[in-house]
Amino acid sequence: MRALVWHGTADIRCERVPDPEIEDDRDAIIKVTSCAICGSDLHLFDHFMPGMKSGDIMGHETMGEVVEVGSAAKSALKVGDRVVIPFTIICGECEQCKRGNFSVCERSNRNKNLGDKVFGHTTAGLFGYTHLTGGYAGGQAEYLRVPFADKTHIKVPDSIPDEKLLFLSDIFPTGWQGAAQCDIQPTDTVAIWGCGPVGQMTIRSAILLGAKQVIAIDRLPERLSMAEAGGAITINFEEESVIDRLNELTGGKGPEKCIDAVGLEAHATGSIDSMYDRAKQAMMLETDRPHVLREMMYVCRPAGVLSIPGVYGGLLDKIPLGAVMNKGLTIRTGQTHVNRWTDDLLTLVVENQIDPSFVITHTEPLERGPEMYKTFRDKQDGCVKVVLKP
Amino acid sequence: MAKGLGYLSIALGAAELLAPRAMCRAAGLNGMEPLVRSYGAREIATGVAILTSHNRAPWIWGRVAGDMADIATVATGIRQNGEKTTNAILTLAALAAVTAVDVMCASGLESEKGNRKTAVADYSDRSGFPGGLQAARGAARHLKIPADMKTPEILKTPEMSSSAQAAS
Repeated sequence: MRALVWHGTADIRCERVPDPEIEDDRDAIIKVTSCAICGSDLHLFDHFMPGMKSGDIMGHETMGEVVEVGSAAKSALKVGDRVVIPFTIICGECEQCKRGNFSVCERSNRNKNLGDKVFGHTTAGLFGYTHLTGGYAGGQAEYLRVPFADKTHIKVPDSIPDEKLLFLSDIFPTGWQGAAQCDIQPTDTVAIWGCGPVGQMTIRSAILLGAKQVIAIDRLPERLSMAEAGGAITINFEEESVIDRLNELTGGKGPEKCIDAVGLEAHATGSIDSMYDRAKQAMMLETDRPHVLREMMYVCRPAGVLSIPGVYGGLLDKIPLGAVMNKGLTIRTGQTHVNRWTDDLLTLVVENQIDPSFVITHTEPLERGPEMYKTFRDKQDGCVKVVLKP
Repeated sequence: MAKGLGYLSIALGAAELLAPRAMCRAAGLNGMEPLVRSYGAREIATGVAILTSHNRAPWIWGRVAGDMADIATVATGIRQNGEKTTNAILTLAALAAVTAVDVMCASGLESEKGNRKTAVADYSDRSGFPGGLQAARGAARHLKIPADMKTPEILKTPEMSSSAQAAS
């Protein structure tokens, strides 16, 4: 089959690789009908995430049709079922899965020892991600092996096109969890850093959850226009002070809820702290660029909530924890517990409350994937979200 | 071209850092060794940043700023040190040429990515809400937020509690 294969920094190729096979009774194989490039794929593309190996198949936003089912998954799946595959692999049986904490499933990371060493305790296995999270082959391919397939799937109706359903795999529930874990109240101002795909989904989620005011922060005019269309007041951080503007919009008190939909590759080129991060990162003295975290911690209203769906990988420097502690801020973060949300979100899509396909700006054949990684990373051609068709 | 400028920065920076006296002699600058050494550190840092960053344009513009500082320094040297004028003028000419190359490279990188202050697409019709924005506001308020993600009652202000009750 053809697949997008990682070979090193900014080196992803469309290659022929062996077809996946059932390796365990709980596996299933799906024929991929649509897959997407995620912002967190870019952290692998740019090699900010450790634990990648040449030959790894990329991709964790995938949907398709079941073509083969292992004997232990037949009670839940049959050939021909149409499924979206969540990016987190879940056993459904461990203590964390039973509590709904699917992204920290205790059994699905086959490289548990690596996860234990790096993070203290393992997290769930993820598709198409680093070997710290299992090194499972990803779904930017013609076929995908789904481990623990009896639990790791979302069945979707045939009547709705791929484009409206695909993002149940990651960015829609990720944006949703980013907003939901803020416990948005009708009096709340919610500030969202980053108007990429997750940021856009977070904006829509905050609107649906009834925030009084949603403020979105970015620098790219086309992304800001999309944020505004979704109901956000926008701040272009290259043209005005984020802190001043947020305080102005909240009567000097700051937003109650702050959401980081940017993560470790913040691009605030004009600020002193981001230049400091760039320099330290270039000298390998810091792994991530936490400009957004610093800004959120500083501007958030006392007793507010910081929600961090943005991905961080390692060690961060100059974090103003004093502000967090003294203002009594709550931090909620984590990879998304996809299956915790997908019943509700699928209902919202079926009922036409939201059409997540609004975010798609590029649809291309799989073989153009390597080129589209670059287009997406460099934000060329108005690119916000790329869907690939194998 | 950007990569080449990155390597040039590191090579030049290393020379300035390790042999400031020779560099000063060649450029017609006397007594400016500490300054030249600091410029060397700057060149190395810029070079590393150019080679490691996927967005090289700001760092190449950083080189342009550095070129300006170099030109100002050599020009100051010409005024202070008459007998080495020839060396200094040659250095100035070389710096002007390098500056031109840096500006060309930075401009080229910028135009590759487009002028990011101008929208390359208009997405103002993409609300994502088929029923319209007004209908979407609060439409999912009825969905239950898990207990582990809720703000503890004790941390809620009276205003928050009353508005939440009114909304439900």
